[in-house]
Formats: sequence, structure tokens, C-alpha cells
Amino acid sequence: MSPFRTALSVLFRRELSLAWGGGGGPLLACGFFVCLTVLVPLAAGGDPVGLKPVASAIAWLALALASMLSLERLFERDLEDGALDLLTTGPLPLEAIFAVKAFSQWLATGLPLALTAPVAALTLGQSTDLLPLTAVAAMIGGLGFAFTGALGAALALGTRRGGLLIAIVVLPLFIPPVVFGAGALERAANGMDPAPALALLAAYALFAMVISPLAGAAAIRNAQG
Amino acid sequence: MFGLANPERFMRFTRPLVPGLWAIAAVLLAAGTWLGFSAPEDYQQGDTVRIMFVHVPAASLGLMAYAALGISSFFALVFRHPLADAAARAAAVPGAAFTALALVTGSLWGKPMWGAWWAWGDARLMSVLILFLFYIGYIALRASIDDETRAGRAAAVLGLVGLINLPIVKFSVDWWNTLHQPASLLRMGGPSMSEAFLVPLLTMMAAYAALFGALWLTAIRTEVTRRRVLTLRARAALEA
Repeated sequence: MSPFRTALSVLFRRELSLAWGGGGGPLLACGFFVCLTVLVPLAAGGDPVGLKPVASAIAWLALALASMLSLERLFERDLEDGALDLLTTGPLPLEAIFAVKAFSQWLATGLPLALTAPVAALTLGQSTDLLPLTAVAAMIGGLGFAFTGALGAALALGTRRGGLLIAIVVLPLFIPPVVFGAGALERAANGMDPAPALALLAAYALFAMVISPLAGAAAIRNAQG
Repeated sequence: MFGLANPERFMRFTRPLVPGLWAIAAVLLAAGTWLGFSAPEDYQQGDTVRIMFVHVPAASLGLMAYAALGISSFFALVFRHPLADAAARAAAVPGAAFTALALVTGSLWGKPMWGAWWAWGDARLMSVLILFLFYIGYIALRASIDDETRAGRAAAVLGLVGLINLPIVKFSVDWWNTLHQPASLLRMGGPSMSEAFLVPLLTMMAAYAALFGALWLTAIRTEVTRRRVLTLRARAALEA
């Protein structure tokens, strides 16, 4: 195996085990997601008829917020202990390191969240026909969230109010996936074909996967000085 | 254009420009205000049509300022030019202010005309609000990094990403608007505008453009001077 591919697979295993095992991993994000879902009916009233039309909306909002949870430590920990400097001396370009980190982040939190989303939507009164679509849309959208979010994390490196800053920077960028994802579910609920919305959602995720590593690597280089 | 990228030459070139731009902005603003108030009442909107003379130029300038910010960010990032960084920084706050003005005046117009301060169903309102959020994110990121060079570069990355993302956001919001029922009462004005309104509107647009130019150049010049003072002070401290 070439050194590049060895480095890639070693880094991938490291990132995945860190994202999965470190500090609660997927449990934390899923727990946060469930807590948000619980709060909505409590705040809006438990009337099932009123909740049904906003079920997919709430699922998407909670998904967007939950995917931001562990972003703050994504690069900061490695920047503080020097691991990031070590990684950049290796064969991998910073863009690849960014992409591996963001992808592992998606595997460790995005995928579990995508599997939790249909359950949450179900309790809010979404019909069972929509559940597979909810999971698929959440998976694709989560990929976009992970890469866009990682860009926010890279930009906020070395700032004093990391978490809050990431939210301010990243949430406006989350608008297209939220629109397309919730749109797919709404189209399906109204008996229309959700495919165009899903295609747009996938296009955004792919776009984020291309742009974010480039921009994120520039941001990390800047933070390293 | 790159000749002016030299701060020295830029300062010399813009020195006579700035007072001129301020004067033009002041004259045009006064003329536009007078024309706006002397324009006849609209047969449907009555006096509230005058809000348009403040609102439309502010909205367009909010967008233009973001374009200026994004393009400056590009030059700051790719060519590492301090002047481009100063330009991006200087465009952010006036741009945010223009966008906020557009939102507030739009809301003031919406209450008597639509019967609501805000309409979540309207794609145009949403786009402008999101533009405002982009500005807030940019200013917040810039303010939260202590080291100025680093803050500039991080903000430039964000400004550039925002520039690429704004059309996508705009598209998604428009797409979302066709998904929902477009609110029929939210149609802007008539199909064509009569001259009585067009003249004050165009005057105000020119006034706002001159005002932004004056604000922008003044802020860039202030920034260049501030950095020069910092450098001189550091040098003086070294020699002392």
C-alpha cells in the first residue's frame, strides 16, 4: 500500500474511534436530539393534530442543531495538543485530513442521528410511509451538515467563544439542506414525488464535500500560523 | 487596478476623492429626499409609497456591499493583500447597516400595506434576512479572533464561502417559496412604475451608492492610517 493510503486509513481509524468513543460519541448527539424533540410538544402543547404538520420540520431543526454539538472539539483538541501539526508533516494534505475528520464525524454522529430522526418524527405523528424517506433525507442532509459544520469549526479555531461562534457562522449555511430536506418530506406528504428535492439535497451535500475541505484547510493553516 | 493596490498610491489617489464623494452623497440625498416628499401620493399605497425611496436603495446596496466584501475577500486570500483585507473589513458594517435598514423599512411598509410586520412566506424577505445573518456571522468571526492578520484571513475564507453560498441560499429560498403557496398580496408595486416615482427612486439609488462609496473609502483610509500608526508606535517602542 502506498504511504498515502496507509496514512489515510490510519487517520480514518483514529478519527472514527475518537468520534465514536470520545466523550459519549453518538449517544450524546442522539440524547440531545431526543431532548429537543421532547421539549417541542411541551412548549407547543401536546395536541397531536397540531404537531403532525410540523413533525418533519421539528425533526430537521433538531437534526441541524444536534449535528453542531460536537463540532467545537473537532479540530481544537488536535490543535491544542499539537496533533494537527504532526498530521500536517505527514503525507496527507490538510484538505484530506479535513475531509477524513468531517466524514468520520458524519459516521459517528450523522448516521446515528439519521436513524433516530424517523423515531422522533414518528412520535410527533408523522405517518409511517414517510419513515424510510425521513431516514434517507437525514443521512444525505447530515453529510452536508457535517462538512459545512466542520468548516465552521475550522474557522472558529483559536477563538475564545468557539461554540457560539460556530453556531452563528454555520446556521445560515445550513439553510439550503434544511429547505431541501424538509421540502422532500413535505412533497411526499402531499403525494408528490420527493426525488427532485432529494436530488437538490444530495447536490448540496456533494457541493459541501468539495468546497468545505478547500476552505477549511485554508482556515486551519491560518489558525496554525 | 493592481496599481492602486499599493497603499501609498491608494492613499494619494483617494485623498481628493473622499470629500467629493461625501459632497455628492449629501447633495443627492437632499435632492432625493426633497423629490421623494414632493412626489404625488400613490393611488393605492398613499403616503407609504415614499418608504420605497429609502427601502429599495438600501436593499440593493446591502447586496452590493456583500459583493464588494466577497470580492475583496478573494483578493485578500489569494494575493494576501492588506489593502483588500481592509476593504473587506470596511464593507461589512455599512453593508449590515444598509441591510438592516432595508429590513426595518420593509417591515414598516408591510404593516399598513400587508397588515403584518413580517411575512415568513415571502422569499425576498427571507433572502434579505439571511443576507443580514451572513453579515452578522462575518462580523462576529472577525471580532472574536485577537490576532488581526489571522482574523482577516479567517474572515476572508468565510466571506468567500458566503459569496459562493448566497446564490444557493437564494435559490433554495425561492424553491421553498414555490413549494408553499406564494402569498398573492405580496406583489411588489405595479408592473411598471410611473415617472413621478422613478425619478426620486433613481436619485436615491445614486445617493446611496455615493454614500456607500464615501463610507467605504473613508473606512479603508482610516484602517490604513490606523495600521500605519500601529507600525510607527511599534517601531518607536523598539527604538526607545
